[in-house]
Amino acid sequence: MTDYDAIVIGAGHNGLICASYLAKAKHKVLVIDSRPVPGGCASTREFAENYRVSDCAQWLSQLDKTIVSDLQLSDAGLVLSSPKSTISLQPDAAHVTFDGDTVTGTSIDTEDVTAYSSFRLQMRRFAKVLATLYNGRPPKLVEKNWTDRITLLKLGLGLKLLGKSHMQDLMRLALINIYDVMNEYFKNPALKSAIALDAVTGSNMGPRSPNTVFSYLHKVTGEFLSDSGTRQVMGGMGALGTALASSAEAAGVEIKLGCAVKAIKKTGHAVSGIELVDGTLLSSKIVVSSADPTTTFKSMLGYAQMEAGMAKRAELYRNRCGTAKLHIALKALPTFTGLNQAQLSQRLIITPPMDGMETALNPMKYNEISDQHLFDISIPSIDDPSLSPEGHHVLSALVHYVPFSPKMGWDEARQLLTDQLIDEISAYAPDLKSLAVASELVTPADFEKTHHVTGGSWHHGELSIDQVLMMRPFPGSTQYKTAVEGLYLCGAGAHPGGGLLGLPGRNAAKEIIKGGALV
Amino acid sequence: MNQYDAIVIGAGHNGLTNGAYLAKAGLRVAVLERNPYIGGATVSRELHKGWYYSNCSYVSSLLRPEITRDLELPRHGLQVVPFGGGATFMRNGDHFGSYSDHDRHYREIARHSKRDANAYDRYAADTSLQTKLIRPYLMRTPPDPTSLKPRDLRDLMEFAQSFMSLGEEKLLDTIKFWTASVGDYLNEYFETDVIKAHMAGSGIIGTALGVYSPGTAYVLLHHYMGDVDGNVGAWGFARGGMGAIANALSKAFQSFGGDIICDANVDKIIVRNGRAVGVALKDGTEYRAPIVVSNLDPKRTFLDITNPKDLPADVVKKAENFKIRGSSGKLNIALDGLPVFNGLDPRNRLMAGDLHFSDSLERQERAYDDWKAGTWSKDPYLDMMIPSLTDPTMAPPGKHMMSVFVQYAPPKVEGREWTDEDKDGFEKSVIDQISNYSPNFKDLILHCETRTPREIEAEVGLTEGNIFMGELTFDQLLFNRPFPGYAQYRSPIKGMYMCSSGTHPGGGVMAAPGANAAREILRDLKRPNTVPGGYADD
Amino acid sequence: MSSPTRDTMLLTTPFHSRVEAACALNDWGNWMGYTTPNAYFDIELEYFAVRSTTGVFDLSPMNKYQISGPDAEAYLNRLVTRDVAKIGINRVGYAIWCNDAGQVLDDGTIFRFSDNEFRLCSYQRADDWLAWNTLGFDVTIDNVSSDIAALAVQGPTSCTILTLLGCENLNQLKPFGMAHYEFEGRPLMVSRTGFTGDLGYEVWVPPESAEALWDQLFELGHDYLIKPFGSHALELARIEAGFLQANTDFMPAEEVVRVGRTRNPFELGLGWLVDFNKPLFNGRAALAKVQENGSKYRFVLLDVDGNKPAEHSFIMKNGKVVGTVTSAAWCPTAKANLAYAQVEMPHGTVGDKLIAEIYYQRELHWTQLYAPCKVIEAPIFKPARRWQTPAPPH
Repeated sequence: MTDYDAIVIGAGHNGLICASYLAKAKHKVLVIDSRPVPGGCASTREFAENYRVSDCAQWLSQLDKTIVSDLQLSDAGLVLSSPKSTISLQPDAAHVTFDGDTVTGTSIDTEDVTAYSSFRLQMRRFAKVLATLYNGRPPKLVEKNWTDRITLLKLGLGLKLLGKSHMQDLMRLALINIYDVMNEYFKNPALKSAIALDAVTGSNMGPRSPNTVFSYLHKVTGEFLSDSGTRQVMGGMGALGTALASSAEAAGVEIKLGCAVKAIKKTGHAVSGIELVDGTLLSSKIVVSSADPTTTFKSMLGYAQMEAGMAKRAELYRNRCGTAKLHIALKALPTFTGLNQAQLSQRLIITPPMDGMETALNPMKYNEISDQHLFDISIPSIDDPSLSPEGHHVLSALVHYVPFSPKMGWDEARQLLTDQLIDEISAYAPDLKSLAVASELVTPADFEKTHHVTGGSWHHGELSIDQVLMMRPFPGSTQYKTAVEGLYLCGAGAHPGGGLLGLPGRNAAKEIIKGGALV
Repeated sequence: MNQYDAIVIGAGHNGLTNGAYLAKAGLRVAVLERNPYIGGATVSRELHKGWYYSNCSYVSSLLRPEITRDLELPRHGLQVVPFGGGATFMRNGDHFGSYSDHDRHYREIARHSKRDANAYDRYAADTSLQTKLIRPYLMRTPPDPTSLKPRDLRDLMEFAQSFMSLGEEKLLDTIKFWTASVGDYLNEYFETDVIKAHMAGSGIIGTALGVYSPGTAYVLLHHYMGDVDGNVGAWGFARGGMGAIANALSKAFQSFGGDIICDANVDKIIVRNGRAVGVALKDGTEYRAPIVVSNLDPKRTFLDITNPKDLPADVVKKAENFKIRGSSGKLNIALDGLPVFNGLDPRNRLMAGDLHFSDSLERQERAYDDWKAGTWSKDPYLDMMIPSLTDPTMAPPGKHMMSVFVQYAPPKVEGREWTDEDKDGFEKSVIDQISNYSPNFKDLILHCETRTPREIEAEVGLTEGNIFMGELTFDQLLFNRPFPGYAQYRSPIKGMYMCSSGTHPGGGVMAAPGANAAREILRDLKRPNTVPGGYADD
Repeated sequence: MSSPTRDTMLLTTPFHSRVEAACALNDWGNWMGYTTPNAYFDIELEYFAVRSTTGVFDLSPMNKYQISGPDAEAYLNRLVTRDVAKIGINRVGYAIWCNDAGQVLDDGTIFRFSDNEFRLCSYQRADDWLAWNTLGFDVTIDNVSSDIAALAVQGPTSCTILTLLGCENLNQLKPFGMAHYEFEGRPLMVSRTGFTGDLGYEVWVPPESAEALWDQLFELGHDYLIKPFGSHALELARIEAGFLQANTDFMPAEEVVRVGRTRNPFELGLGWLVDFNKPLFNGRAALAKVQENGSKYRFVLLDVDGNKPAEHSFIMKNGKVVGTVTSAAWCPTAKANLAYAQVEMPHGTVGDKLIAEIYYQRELHWTQLYAPCKVIEAPIFKPARRWQTPAPPH
């Protein structure tokens, strides 16, 4: 008799979602996490006294809508802002605004406006096809079984339904770079770079890198499945974690926080439970890890517990990511040139034209600090005054591309880069510096330390073609079931990957239930 | 009388091959060439008295042996001599040599890392697996995945079967290989930077991507899938320079009664009632034929010599969107004697191979950064050869001819056209790099021909000077080359065909596109096929 | 200035000066990148030295890896299919190792020096695979191939000769045992192992001792009819003794290009080396499936009628090709025409009668022969002296 049917490692969104679905199927489930709060990368933190921010994930745009309803997250306390538009800030204040399928701005001509809506339409067509794959386990191609055959048939049908010309377009686009596609569709450089930013967020790639159309499609597919627009979570992202946790508990899941897992334990040749840092042993029929594959296999299970070929695959799994976060506490609402207060609460991005994005990327490849960065800014305290003292505000920005370990070391680089980043934003918000009362830079290395994501990779591993779909995380451990008996994956390192989709968690639960390991 | 059964535009190796197979089938064929000499980018020219330059393509491996044999190219004077090996000279004064002898190669790698030397066998096996997958499709027309025709369905099934037979894991590894960056791919085998850099070169030659760009592992494969006398991956020199290939092909073509017409600069393909009926030259001359085959790259074919009103709008758009990027340049140098690199004895066989100076992936990637920024690489990746060490016809006795392929050079310099000063700067960055490893090099230079993308485009007619007539990225390979829906050598205009390296299986002096296109044309004409099938490769 | 040719030449072993002097035929080959003699004076006589007196083979080119550290035993146990914990200190174990798919990479011997110190001796180079296997283990792998010189001293009088050299009580050493001595102030290790299937030892010394070791062995062994033997004679002996060789009898799985050309241990007749009751090892899951579902091939020893070696022959049953020969030789001691073959299941059970299609040439005339053959138990040559302790004096 085991202590639990399933132990889920990690109370991030995927872990909680997976646990909830398992519990709804009447299984006895424990979720365990080393952090004192639920949510994982969906977390809110006080970075300066009385100033709170979403310290990791920033926007909610891809959470699958069936999960939201299945888990009754609204009842569990999840409150979202209204959908945000995206404003790409321009040095000449001729800002470009994206709202759904429309784009506006003084520099955008009608041709680009039309092109934008047809581009969005085309991407959604492809997203629909991809959604077929995202909604279940990724099919195996050679080993024949009916579930996978049906998925492949559905996929084939979806492709055929696209029609010959769109299918040809997809064949061409799937592996290429966003840089070329932008140049094919649009003329306006600000328009191009704003879209390109979405294709490279959370990655180590520049717009010229092949594979960036896929990463863009990944985002669009998530948005298609979520159908919510880009929103801010009231109370910060941590509120999503809290809502998921209370929904899970309502479903009967037991959640232990502040308890670090020391190891995934095996009895004989199958995983049989976990050992906590304090030495406690907890047994279960299966262990489901929502930690990233590297943490799961290398740190928790240990390569010695796997066959060498699989250990090699795990070791070669790539987690490079150039995303950092900058938080600024402000004593008043800053002024952004050319923006009114309503616009300030939207998603604000700053990016040079695409060639400049490439230039901004280059230093990261050599562990150097770039002169220029890309920003995805939120001032959440406008919609949500609970985050800062009255009249004060917090600004939080995703920043690209920041190296994991700069040659000069973070001790020296941290302040240097923080100052530089504030200067870069100040070019668009002249009073920012004078209003700043505190700031904090969270580097990829910090993310690794605080949120246990290897390499600081938000997506739990690069979303490169050889690490997605039926290859995620690596051959031999796909379809949520790993090469080690009794060990499952339900995090973003499993198909379909990161971006607060929630799908790895849900799909994993469904596979586990169907696979019969808990019967 | 300017009436023919078929007209081929461009006397490069693919045009000549295409013409040869059409003529062999009994068609009256003319190959039209803009320049006063034939060969296109497969050419040898005496640009300095006594020295012959293979001044575009410079080595041979991919030329399909089926074609060499079928067209009796050896009888027509072609001799391909393998060179085997090569070296990367390192900043620390050492070098990494690549030997064609397996054991010797092992010992040389082991000098740098025993683990890498051992891993090389695994690397060679895995890479051969990939070449074995692709080689059977070089001499075949790619199936159209959007088509429901029995022939396409059957070929597609067969194609899928050959991949499925690998089993789940090897199939996924194959997908990885086809999509990964050459840097990441090599990281799975090797720990030593110079070894990785030496091998990564094949992943970026002729390509507007860096060693860390996804898709470059395939480019490496593209350079490995040829053979010399059955030694897959081996490269050789055509005796007399690359022009010898074009010359032999032209003789084969002429032996079947074909006409080669030089100084014939095609202005437009003439289309009547939706059918190609001939071509008009810039000087007003017209040639008539019910079959017109373009050996120009897809951009020139559809945007330059075809009237847009004769084309469906989507094809014009596709041609505009076709990726064909200038990324390389070339120096051809006449030398008074043999230079010494890093103190390596000039009698060492390595000297006759491909020589490089980029000893780390980072240097190669930084060279690409320069290209992205719109300028030539300040520390370029060079693929340097001294063919006169193998072929005595290239330079006077005791003197040498050096061919230096340079990666990267942009099609335009910071958005503007190349100037002569730019060209000098480009040349200097190459000469300086070589001199860093060879103190006597500069003194030996008697003549240097420098070719930036500007010169290559102007002379050879390769758009942006792209050597493959289109990037070798997956969106432009197999059934996507040049564009989805048009990968079977037929243009949207009846009677008009494509046979250039811009079609499957792509560039590299293979002659396969020319042969494959001929097979499709003969099929449409309901004539017996004259094109040989591929050799079984087991 | 480096030499244009010499810096990547074939290597020579620490015994080379002596081997060269003894190599009356001047018939050289390349073994593992070393210049090694194919034959010294007469292949057959060299072979008989092994079987009736003592033969000496320079096995310095063998790949040797020193494996040490707290996890050394666990590391090796995950690597190979047998239970390394059962190999005692100063004992040697024959082992095979597989990839995750359960396909054989190579075979070799594991020498255990202490709790945490082992040496793996393999025919193929294994640096890359051994390095990947260190992931997750506190272990150090050193390639000591060129740091150790080794001679195989094999044959009925070998124990006597080595005892004369100073290896006291060597006759008490059990098969697969190791004993440590001193030779000219340097360590000398003897293991009762070998590739000939006879009474024999392998002697391991630092390269500096090599020439003196050779000289003394041949001086002391003179009256016991000691002779050197080369690769060709070894090939005869190992076929007779039933040892497999990578790249001849099977392909190391990591170097295989074509689908279906790798083999699992059961398909090589090495299933007895797979221990499902030990801790995790590479290929375990796959091999458990194989054990359940059966294999595709069987590796068999054939006694072929007549005296024409069945080299590269197809093996037929009822007119259908069911297998191919991997190694074949006329074995002078067993007086048998032997062949190793891989045959498709279900063929090849002991006693199964098959046909070998043999082609042989005499004076440019080729003859095709369908030779009946029978599957027999391997090995065919198993002299009592090989396993006797104390070892007999001659």
